[in-house]
Amino acid sequence: MTTLFLAVLLPFAGAALIAWIARFGRSATAWAAGTITLGSLALLAPLSPLPFAGETVIRQMDWMPALGLNLAFRFDGLALLFAGLILGIGLLIVLYARYYLSARDSMGRFYAYLMLFMGSMLGIVLSENLIQLLIFWELTSLSSFLLISYWQHREEARHGARMALAVTGMGGFALLGGVLLLGHIVGSYELSDVFASADLIRAHPLYVPTLVLILLGVFTKSAQFPFHFWLPHAMAAPTPVSAYLHSATMVKAGVFLLARLYPALSGTPEWFWLVSGAGLATLLLGAYVALFKHDLKGLLAYSTISHLGLITLLFGLSTPLAAVAGVFHIINHATFKASLFMAAGIIDHEAGTRDMRRLSGLWRFMPYTATLAMVAAAAMAGVPLLNGFLSKEMFFAEAVHIGQGHVGGWLLPVLVTLAGAFAVAYSIRFIHDVFFNGEPGDLPRTPHEPPRWMKLPVEILVVLCLAVGVAPGLMVGPLLATAASSTLQAALPEYHLALWHGFNAALAMSALALVLGSFIYLARRPLMAWHERTLDRLDARVPFNAVLNALLALAGWITRTLDTGSLQRQAGLLILAALVLAGTPWLLGDTPLTGTRRGLPLDAVSLAAALVLVGATLLTVRWRSERFVALIALGVVGLVVSLTFIKFSAPDLALTQLSVEIVTLILLLLALFFLPACDEAESGRSRIVRDAALALVAGGGAAALAWAVLTRPYDTIAGFFLENSKPGGGGTNVVNVILVDFRGYDTLGEITVLALAALGIFAMLQNLNLPAPTRDSTGRVWDSDAHPAIMATLTRLLLPLALLVAVFILLRGHNQPGGGFIAGLITAVALIVQYLANGAVWAHQRMSADSHLLLLWGLGIATLTGLGSWAFGHPFLTSTFGYVHWPLVGKFELASAMAFDLGVFLVVVGATLMILTGLGAVHRPEPRKGSH
Amino acid sequence: MDALLALVIGVLTAAGVFLALRPRTFPVVLGLTFLSYAVNLFLFAMGRLAVGVPPIISEAAAGYTDPLPQALVLTAIVISFGMTAFVIVLALKARAELGNDHVDGLEHETDRHA
Repeated sequence: MTTLFLAVLLPFAGAALIAWIARFGRSATAWAAGTITLGSLALLAPLSPLPFAGETVIRQMDWMPALGLNLAFRFDGLALLFAGLILGIGLLIVLYARYYLSARDSMGRFYAYLMLFMGSMLGIVLSENLIQLLIFWELTSLSSFLLISYWQHREEARHGARMALAVTGMGGFALLGGVLLLGHIVGSYELSDVFASADLIRAHPLYVPTLVLILLGVFTKSAQFPFHFWLPHAMAAPTPVSAYLHSATMVKAGVFLLARLYPALSGTPEWFWLVSGAGLATLLLGAYVALFKHDLKGLLAYSTISHLGLITLLFGLSTPLAAVAGVFHIINHATFKASLFMAAGIIDHEAGTRDMRRLSGLWRFMPYTATLAMVAAAAMAGVPLLNGFLSKEMFFAEAVHIGQGHVGGWLLPVLVTLAGAFAVAYSIRFIHDVFFNGEPGDLPRTPHEPPRWMKLPVEILVVLCLAVGVAPGLMVGPLLATAASSTLQAALPEYHLALWHGFNAALAMSALALVLGSFIYLARRPLMAWHERTLDRLDARVPFNAVLNALLALAGWITRTLDTGSLQRQAGLLILAALVLAGTPWLLGDTPLTGTRRGLPLDAVSLAAALVLVGATLLTVRWRSERFVALIALGVVGLVVSLTFIKFSAPDLALTQLSVEIVTLILLLLALFFLPACDEAESGRSRIVRDAALALVAGGGAAALAWAVLTRPYDTIAGFFLENSKPGGGGTNVVNVILVDFRGYDTLGEITVLALAALGIFAMLQNLNLPAPTRDSTGRVWDSDAHPAIMATLTRLLLPLALLVAVFILLRGHNQPGGGFIAGLITAVALIVQYLANGAVWAHQRMSADSHLLLLWGLGIATLTGLGSWAFGHPFLTSTFGYVHWPLVGKFELASAMAFDLGVFLVVVGATLMILTGLGAVHRPEPRKGSH
Repeated sequence: MDALLALVIGVLTAAGVFLALRPRTFPVVLGLTFLSYAVNLFLFAMGRLAVGVPPIISEAAAGYTDPLPQALVLTAIVISFGMTAFVIVLALKARAELGNDHVDGLEHETDRHA
């Protein structure tokens, strides 16, 4: 398992490492990147004989088994080929970039991004699980965005990166849909299952939507027409990035997926027409436009588009032989295109420009580089003895073969020969315009050969082009065989890798393409003039930007319409939306409001209490502008709610509600001191009517919902808790046992939230400067006696008593109503009252407990109790209990849950004290001046 | 009795919603408190109503009500205190920083959005 996983993980880990290593110098950074790449290669190397032996290595690790998501890796021929390309060419790029980047460029950032990208690509090609593949797919989009926009100060780099991200991101989204549909059809996201269900997929009614969505992902990634336009703009990236992204990786991810899903999706008319149609259009368009690009990298960009079209077309043809040719061309294109990009980078680096209208006659200055570039360009043009020739021959042969016996079957060979001719023409232009074509003009720099190590990657790749071209069977025979057979998931067709196949149609087409291409190049001037007058004016950026701007404008309009900066409006809309969403299904459905369950009989006391509650509620609403009155009425409501809990057998809730009620009231009273005592004149009548209507509908809905639930019988899991509370949790108060034992983990979360809220409040209260009024709303001066003597004395007397009650409540909580929450609140109230009655200064002198420490201890004890159970080999927060016999007291129970409850207690005390004393301390005794 | 509790929940919800839509911070905090009462009672009612059968295990008990909603509501009460405290202090902070207690932090001359 671990080898494949580590090979993918290593570049990601390495990215972080490199960001750190960058401080030790440029060479150290490059060495680190090279070492990491070699490390991944070394991890995969021991596995590589397996695919050659026909084995597919699949390794799985549970990740989210419930969702069908596993970390699953697959190492077969296709994965081997791609991993080799990614890491092999990646290594050369690392070396090349070391010399390409200038002293001003951040090495750490470059190599860190490059490693992220490399890891993501490896993840794609080694994934067995399709969802996992998709995650890496998106990671390549993100990391390529970072790479393309590497020169962030350049506007075209930022725009190019954004466009690439927008187009490939959109495709990734479509792909997600396609993969989910595929998973729905197959019932699994594992590739092995998908391959096994190929016939089921092709016969399924959802086949076409699935195919279209997946192809959208493939076409956007591989820059297929009509999504090709992002690729030329991505050329704003540093050349090593272009060389990597557009030869062996990024754009190849699309054709990789095409090859990956070939056995599952191909062989239908839809596949044939969509894939080969897009491929053919891209092939022709790319080859044609490439000729007219004056920028070296622009020419290579369109050439890349064209070659990707060729590969796509081959997979679209759906014959086994075409698929073999497609895989073969993937290898060949990666080698010659990477070397050409690097050569273009060298020319740019040493001559200072990439514009072919300014470059010429460089042969005199850099004959060595020129020779390398000529060999690579010849491979691109499909000249014999080089690798590009071989796969192109296979391609031509397949084009002829497919056309045979069909009406109009001659069209495909003609078109592909034409594309071949244009490839020859732009290859000649690349060489002739740059290295010959007269004397060099005024170049920004005097050109010269690049440093030794910058040439090495190009040399290696060019030698490979030549070696494969001369002895294909020896060089790539086994690799191609294993990669092609895992692409097909079937026996390989009969094919023969050789330089010479005799005189046949394909050879004639190759020869014709060479001759025709030379003529096109000779006629380039009138052609260019014509092109500039016509097709060149079409710029895909215009519609793209128009669509993008329209989308942004729409989003802006929606935001501005919904959000006018008024919270009331927002809240109103939110409630309205909730009412509509909740009400619609209910109004449309025919579920009766009232169920079959019989309720309790009504009694007079309850009725009276309810009347008090409703009355107090109405009073609060009515007197909301007389805030003090409203607050008192609110207190009454809270008391009746506590009584309700008592009435319906919930003593713990009643105690909690009662103590919370007290702290809430103190809190609001303190706050009221700093707020205007009265509301100013309120908003217009229409708003009040509208809000009242919303409120009534919401209230009616809540009442109806409560009624509907209360009149229906239900199943509960209460039995489990009631049965296990005593034997399993050692306590008879089931509510408390649930809190500290069964659901202790939830409670730990709750007290953490409470502690966070208290800390948030503490932070907000720092440096809070509020004007403290000296008079009340009616102009009367506040009583100067802040701490009446009787109250002060009484509260001091009550303190020990209150603390005793709190301890009692805490200790008995496991068996009788009580527990950490309630005891904590009682303690907090007892302490707060000291502050209120005696003043903050007095209280502070006598109480040294720091509420921060209380929070810390509380959370610490609760967490440690949980961790403690690990020491005994139990899951987090497993509780235990036992009995001890104390003299006088008798049998006494000790449970680990009680320690946990102590943690709860400390957090509640700490949080409450922190909030209330913090708020109280905002107002300092000394009179303030001004500000009001 | 069940109808009465449903009615009470409805009244508390209505009051909470209405107050939460007011333009000044203090009534909004009161509204949130009302909504907490309503939500807590509603959650509590999910265990259905029963009189005189607290979930405390004893030999003499006639039966037990459902303890699970009670445990949920107990923490909810404490958390809603934390929330109320947070919101009211936020309101104070806003008043200190912005000089008024309008929920938008702006004094509207008249309520133009009405």
